[in-house]
Amino acid sequence: MNTTAIKELLYKMADDLLIIGHRNSEWTGLGPILEEDIAFSSMAQDKIGQSQALFQLLHELGEQEPDTVAFTRNAKQFHNAQFVELPNGDYDFSLMRHFLYDVADQLRFEMLANSSYEPLAKVARKIKGELKYHVFHANTWIVKLGSANEESKARMQNALNDAWNYALGLFEEGEYETILISEGVFTGEADLQHRWLEIITPTLTKATLTLPHENAWEPKFGGRLGIHTEYLDPLVDEMSEVFRVDPNAEW
Amino acid sequence: MIKSLDPRVTREKIEENNLIAPLTPMDNWETYEVFHQKKRGDQHMHVGIVHAPNPEMALLFGKEQYGRRNITANIWVVKTAHVFASEYDDADMFETTPEKQYREAGGYKVMDKINKYKKANKG
Repeated sequence: MNTTAIKELLYKMADDLLIIGHRNSEWTGLGPILEEDIAFSSMAQDKIGQSQALFQLLHELGEQEPDTVAFTRNAKQFHNAQFVELPNGDYDFSLMRHFLYDVADQLRFEMLANSSYEPLAKVARKIKGELKYHVFHANTWIVKLGSANEESKARMQNALNDAWNYALGLFEEGEYETILISEGVFTGEADLQHRWLEIITPTLTKATLTLPHENAWEPKFGGRLGIHTEYLDPLVDEMSEVFRVDPNAEW
Repeated sequence: MIKSLDPRVTREKIEENNLIAPLTPMDNWETYEVFHQKKRGDQHMHVGIVHAPNPEMALLFGKEQYGRRNITANIWVVKTAHVFASEYDDADMFETTPEKQYREAGGYKVMDKINKYKKANKG
């Protein structure tokens, strides 16, 4: 099996999860209501945990310890899509990103549950329930707010428009795409995007929201190659602050 | 601007004299009673209340508040408004006279435990 190809896949997945987990955790204590604050924070924690499981696989393939990899790289060394590093904005944008990202994430892991790379397939099967719940949470909010009143509908539609091209950036193909496919590790980004559109479209329709017109689709690529927006640097600084002060801190 | 130790608060650039607007009645969601079942076959136990705009979201919040740190098989949510309850003023209805103590079912609980114990020791 081609280890370099697997590492590339693991890095982009782990980095997506770590960065969106950190972003979502920024809502802790500031969420719209107590119950939702707890729910969103707890899912953010799940994502950090999922990223840790993937960093652990990388460690088994010869990379450094999970904490070292997570907290000592600079922004250019991250492989996450630009989508997940964007600031939270208002809750509408955070929820829309949560919906678009989590459906993709659930599908990706669903596809990986049959991966020829067994350690990853095992992780995928283990977190199935968590992902199902995250998507249930996202769907419930999107449908509710998409059709609640004029303001909520307008906000969700704007959030969808703002998020869209960045969301498409999730499916940026890597250098080893064909190897991953031919070795049965992963069926590929194009396949994932196709399945993703099939799942999100009916939910958005139910929420009376409209997808941007296909002519206007311009995926924001680059994240997988370390090209990021101005927002990732400060995020990485903040995220790794404690580790840099005391690498052996335990909490 | 408010300068906080919490970078998220500082980023919001909140004016020092910013007053948080009071909630209007529409901002308050109704409440749902949450019932938690530990394992299939067990009774659902009332565990608390969540605020939610609809039953689906009440289920989400119920899962988070009461299922997250417990073993959970199933959760029910019921609109608080749909609970038909007795009045505390009528609590004297439930009083019993010493002569009727034979009607109290205190013994059943013990029998459940005894049966459970017997069953466990058979297996």
